Amino acid sequence: MEVKNAVAGTLESGDIMVQIGPGKAGAGLVVDLESSVAAQFGKQIRALITDTLKDLGIDNAEVKATDKGALDCTIRARVTAAAVRATGKDVWK
Amino acid sequence: MRNSKLVTLEEAIRKSGLKDGMTISFHHHFRGGDKVVNMVVAKLAEMGFKNLHLAASSLSDVHAPLIEHIKNGVITKISTSGLRGELANEISHGLMKEPVIFRSHGGRGSAIATGDLHIDVAFLGASSADELGNACGYSRSENAKSICGSLGYALPDARYADHVVVITDDLVAYPNVPKSISAADVESVVVVDSVGDSSKISAGAIRDSKNPRDILLAKTAAKVVINSGYFEDGFSIQTGTGGASLAVVKYIRESMLEKGIKASFALGGITAHMVKLHEEGLIGRLIDVQSFDKVAAESIKNDPFHQEVSAVEYASGVHQGSAVHALDIVILSALEVDVNFNVNVLVGSDGIIRGAIGGHQDTAADSALSIIVCPLLRGRIPCVVPKVTTLITPGKSVDVVVTEYGIAVNPGRPEVAERLKAAGLKVVDIHDLAAKATSIIGTPDALPFGDKVVGIVYNRDGKVLDEIKNIVE
Repeated sequence: MEVKNAVAGTLESGDIMVQIGPGKAGAGLVVDLESSVAAQFGKQIRALITDTLKDLGIDNAEVKATDKGALDCTIRARVTAAAVRATGKDVWK
Repeated sequence: MRNSKLVTLEEAIRKSGLKDGMTISFHHHFRGGDKVVNMVVAKLAEMGFKNLHLAASSLSDVHAPLIEHIKNGVITKISTSGLRGELANEISHGLMKEPVIFRSHGGRGSAIATGDLHIDVAFLGASSADELGNACGYSRSENAKSICGSLGYALPDARYADHVVVITDDLVAYPNVPKSISAADVESVVVVDSVGDSSKISAGAIRDSKNPRDILLAKTAAKVVINSGYFEDGFSIQTGTGGASLAVVKYIRESMLEKGIKASFALGGITAHMVKLHEEGLIGRLIDVQSFDKVAAESIKNDPFHQEVSAVEYASGVHQGSAVHALDIVILSALEVDVNFNVNVLVGSDGIIRGAIGGHQDTAADSALSIIVCPLLRGRIPCVVPKVTTLITPGKSVDVVVTEYGIAVNPGRPEVAERLKAAGLKVVDIHDLAAKATSIIGTPDALPFGDKVVGIVYNRDGKVLDEIKNIVE
C-alpha cells in the first residue's frame, strides 16, 4: 500500500502525536517512539502501534510517535487516523 | 546602633567558624522563589569550602545550581524533605556519593531538637530584620521587598543551630516586633537585595484546579469528610498540596454554613481558602507552619488569631504537645497508593524523585482521620498500584483513599466504611481499584533501577523506612 506523509494527534498530556511516512524498501514497519512513560510501557505502546498498522494492511512505513502518556484507545485512534490520512483509504466507512 | 550584628555575607560566614565537613541549614518558605540557598552556597564555593552537609527544610526546581556545587565537592551531603526539577533528576541518576536523607517536616523538627540532626550554621532568609536579628517572614516597613508569611520551618534551626545568620532584604528599625526569629538566637544579620520572589511561593506543588476530575475528587472527598463521623462543631482540619485536596475546603464550607458547624482550627500549610473561612468566622484559629500563598502570608502578618508555629510545635512525633496530635481530619494527595494503603509522595512512577514528604507522615499518623485524594490514573501512570515505588507513609496511618472510581477504606477502620456506606457513598475494595487501573493501562514493566542508593527515607520516629535506588536510562 502506498504511504504518504501524514500526521494525527497532538502533544497534549494524555495524547500521542503519530507521524507516518513511506518506509525504505523491505525495511518493514520502523517505529521510533518517544514516550514520557517509555520505561514502563514502551514495549506495549510499540506493539500496539505495529499491530494497529498491520491490521490496516500497512507493513512498510516509518512511524515517529511522540507519546505523552496516552491510553491504548487513544493510541489506536491516532495511529488509525494517521494511517487513513497517509493511505487515503477510509477504514471507517 | 550599639551592638549591631550587621555584617556582609562573607564576614558572617567567617565569624560563624564554619569549617569543611560541617552542616549548614536553610528553610524553604520562599519555595520556588528562594534566592538564599543559591546565594549562600555560591559564596561558600567562592570562599573555598568543601564537603559541606546541606540540611534544608526542602529543595525545589530553583536549586538546580547546586548540581555544580555537588560536582565540585562543595556540597557532599544533603538532608531535605523533598527534591524537584533538574537537581532531583541528577541525584536520581546517581550524582552524589552519599544518599540524600529524606525526613518529614515533623521528623526534621524533632531530629534538630533531639540532636540527631545537628546544625552548625543556619542561614535563614527573612523579609524583615533589625540589626540585632529579630526577624519575620513579612515586613511592616514601606520598603518591604518580599513576604513569605510563617517562618515555621526555620524556627527549629534558629533555636538549635550553633550559629544563626539572618539574611534579609529589608532592614528595619529595632525592635522588629512582633517577631518570628528572636534576636537572642541570632549571631549575624546580613542585608541583601532580595531573599526571594514572593510571587513564586504558591508555585510548584500548589495549584488551584479547574480540572473537572479534580473538582469531582474534591466534591467526593468533601462528602467523605462530612459523613466520616468527625464533622461536628469544633472539628479541626488540614489540607495538603495538590489541586483536589486544596479544593475540598471550598465544598466543606457549604456544608458548614448549612449545618451551622464551625471548626476550632485549621493546621499546616495555610491557604487563601482557609483564610477566607477564618475571616468568615467558620474557622476559629489558623495554626500556620507554612503560608502557601500571599493571602495567607498577609493574614499571618495582620491577624493575631493566625498563629505561626515551628515545625516542632506543628508535627513532631517526639513532642506530645505538637498540634498534629489535636488534629481531627487531614486531606492529603499522593503520587501512588498501594493495596496495603501505603503511600508514596516522593518518587515518580518513572523512578525519578519529584516530590516531598512534607507533613504527610506526621499528619497521617497523628490525625484521627487521614484521607488521601488521588485520581486512579494520571495519563497512563497508575496512582493505585499493587506496591508503591517508594514507601513514605505506612498504610497503617492511612484511613481513606478517594478516587473517581470509588472510595477505599482501610480495613482497620470498619466504622468509617460503615458511615460512608450509610451515606450512600461508593465504597470499594482497594484491590478492585488497582485491578481497574491495570485493566485500562496494562501491567507496567519494572523500572530500570540500579544498585546505588541515592536516597534514604526516614520515618518521623527516626527509623529508616525505605531506600531509593538510582535510575538507569
